[in-house]
Amino acid sequence: MSDTLFAPVRNGQALPLADVPELTLAEFRDAVIQGVRSGMRLACLCADAALNLYAVLAEDAAGRLCAGRTRLEGPRYPALTPQCAQAHLFERELAEQYGIVPEGHPWFNPVRFHRSWVPGRDAWGRTGPIEPGVLDFYQVKGEEVHEVAVGPVHAGVIEPGHFRFQCHGETVFHLEIALGYQHRGVERALEGGPHPLSLKHAETACGDSSAAHAWAYCQALEGLAGFTVPARSQRVRGVALELERAANHTGDLGAMSGDVGFLPTASFCGRIRGDWLNMTAEACGSRLGRDWLRPGGLRMDLDSSRAGHLAERLDRAWADTVDAVELMWGAASVLNRFEAAGAVDPVQAREIGLVGVPARACGIALDVRRDHPFGPYAGHPVGPCLGESGNVQSRAWVRWLELAQSHSFLRTALESLAWGEPDARPAALPPLAADSFCVSMVEGWRGEVLHLAITGAEGRFRRYKIVDASFHNWFGLALALRGELVSDFPLCNKSFNLSYCGHDL
Amino acid sequence: MIHILLSRWRQGHRTMAYPKTLPALPERFRGRPEFDPGACAEGCRACRDACPTGAIELAPLRLDLGRCLFCTECVDACPDGVLRFTGDHRLAARNRDDLVQGPGTTPVLAAALGKELMRVLGRSLKLRVVSAGGCNGCEVDVNVLGTLAWDLGRFGIQFVASPRHADGLIICGPVTANMALAVQKTYDAVPDPKLVIAVGACAIAGGPYLHQAEQLGGAAAAGIPVDLFIPGCPPHPLTILDGLLRLLDKLQ
Repeated sequence: MSDTLFAPVRNGQALPLADVPELTLAEFRDAVIQGVRSGMRLACLCADAALNLYAVLAEDAAGRLCAGRTRLEGPRYPALTPQCAQAHLFERELAEQYGIVPEGHPWFNPVRFHRSWVPGRDAWGRTGPIEPGVLDFYQVKGEEVHEVAVGPVHAGVIEPGHFRFQCHGETVFHLEIALGYQHRGVERALEGGPHPLSLKHAETACGDSSAAHAWAYCQALEGLAGFTVPARSQRVRGVALELERAANHTGDLGAMSGDVGFLPTASFCGRIRGDWLNMTAEACGSRLGRDWLRPGGLRMDLDSSRAGHLAERLDRAWADTVDAVELMWGAASVLNRFEAAGAVDPVQAREIGLVGVPARACGIALDVRRDHPFGPYAGHPVGPCLGESGNVQSRAWVRWLELAQSHSFLRTALESLAWGEPDARPAALPPLAADSFCVSMVEGWRGEVLHLAITGAEGRFRRYKIVDASFHNWFGLALALRGELVSDFPLCNKSFNLSYCGHDL
Repeated sequence: MIHILLSRWRQGHRTMAYPKTLPALPERFRGRPEFDPGACAEGCRACRDACPTGAIELAPLRLDLGRCLFCTECVDACPDGVLRFTGDHRLAARNRDDLVQGPGTTPVLAAALGKELMRVLGRSLKLRVVSAGGCNGCEVDVNVLGTLAWDLGRFGIQFVASPRHADGLIICGPVTANMALAVQKTYDAVPDPKLVIAVGACAIAGGPYLHQAEQLGGAAAAGIPVDLFIPGCPPHPLTILDGLLRLLDKLQ
């Protein structure tokens, strides 16, 4: 256990804000930089309108989280990024949101292209209209070097984002990704909450990870209200989360197969993904798990007969999944392409703080379900499933291992849910603790989903921060493209399958 | 190769028979709402107060499906059981006003295109999907129509990669300020005559983000004329397909 001035916190448990140590700026910087050097990970760094900086560090292998804060004297401070690459996007984000300038930031650009939340205080001194995707992209110069610009509107049913490749022939020297097109104001909407729409905002922060984000939101509220969710409801939430993982991993494996031209697995998995989604719909009426969870427990319980029925469908979906995916592992043409594309260096992966599937594909053992257990996972440990090479093949393989694990979790959970009575419908939560701080983390199918709630004097959100796994991982995709061919971008992109809306909020 | 053939044999033919027969929808599926006329208690406003998007108006009771997230807050709040969501997936409408439903209103299904548009687009409809600030939920359920289970191509409908190849747009999301220009340019790039289909609560009226200044409140509010509204958060694939097929007069 490394020494730190930060205070220990636990996933989903609130503590008074006064117990989060307020450090001097020098101490705060040192705690973050030294913490990350000693192997911790910067899970969250954010600011608020009163010029406070908050950081959450995770020592995943030790199952430890800690948090600290500092108050800035003015809207500027020496950037952490030169010494701590993991702070790179967080510092750009807090600059954009609150007009706080991290001085000496090596790549100081906006993240989502919106106006500062503090009127009149813009980190770049902009006063005119702000155009999305307009920035000084990193450029490689030379006679034979050219630039490829893609997006925001892409050639498929996919979210918008702008990609700028610096190429030499087919080889990519550098990729810069400009997002923010999906920015619809989720964090600002949550401020002053919980509001009647807050749970919806959490569910739609990243709509293909509704269960993960809804759970993180509910867990934050339950922590702040000091409410313990009954074990059966927690198990049902586990079913929601693992069905979401199974559906998306199946879809991703199929899509990756399609991107290398192996159509049998692509076609089968496209359909089987629907089978998984339809199981979620059987449980709650919505294929994406909307309106399934609610603070305090569940909106839609999973009674014993429904659980039993789902268990039967689980076997069929799993058998079809195995049949479809094993075809792909037996195809040399697939493995050949998967193994040759999109490698991320494991050392760099640690340095930039990758999470979720791309991190585990590099052999980095982290999984919120094991490291910072929540809900049913303390009694039913899962993960982490590891790859070795950090390439497309490893990311596919990690998904495959996780699918098997989700299946086994679902089997056990549904069998136990097929007995007994559902929990009573949850009443409204008691009021949230005032002036408190709660970190809530869930392992979504992409990786770590972190919600940080800070309440004010009335027990309402003074600041609500969401960090989707995609926020950590987009830069990983940029690194994976270095030295690859432009034509491999779709495959690499699909192997990460990051969220635009989860990043843009 | 033999393994591929064996898998094909094991997995079987899985394209659904729709529209000949309806696929089974889950019991908890929430489709078109139904109302009990005259059952509201005098002065009761429980459903209106409970609705997180302000989709409900009273005297007379009206529920705007364009704003509705199908979350059941209103059903849970109603002391008299006046509202309930049925399993009827047919929600799409040609006119925005047709989405406003209440006791005594007649559900209006989406009408087919006019004669001339039908002549041009009726047998082959190519659509460009633009995601404009949603949560990727509607995109998921639009995308699934392309899988072998739904096999959209058998109806002559196809998603294409360029607006210049398209006969129309599907717009998802509330149209964020950051996407407004891209949506307009994409719309302009589609050759006439063209259609616009707004999929999901966001694209119709801003969805859960209707109060946020970062978005424009849907496709129509962003200045794009909409020909078909498909409500839901997100709509079920069957609801989307029903809307598309009604537009092309392929359903009775």
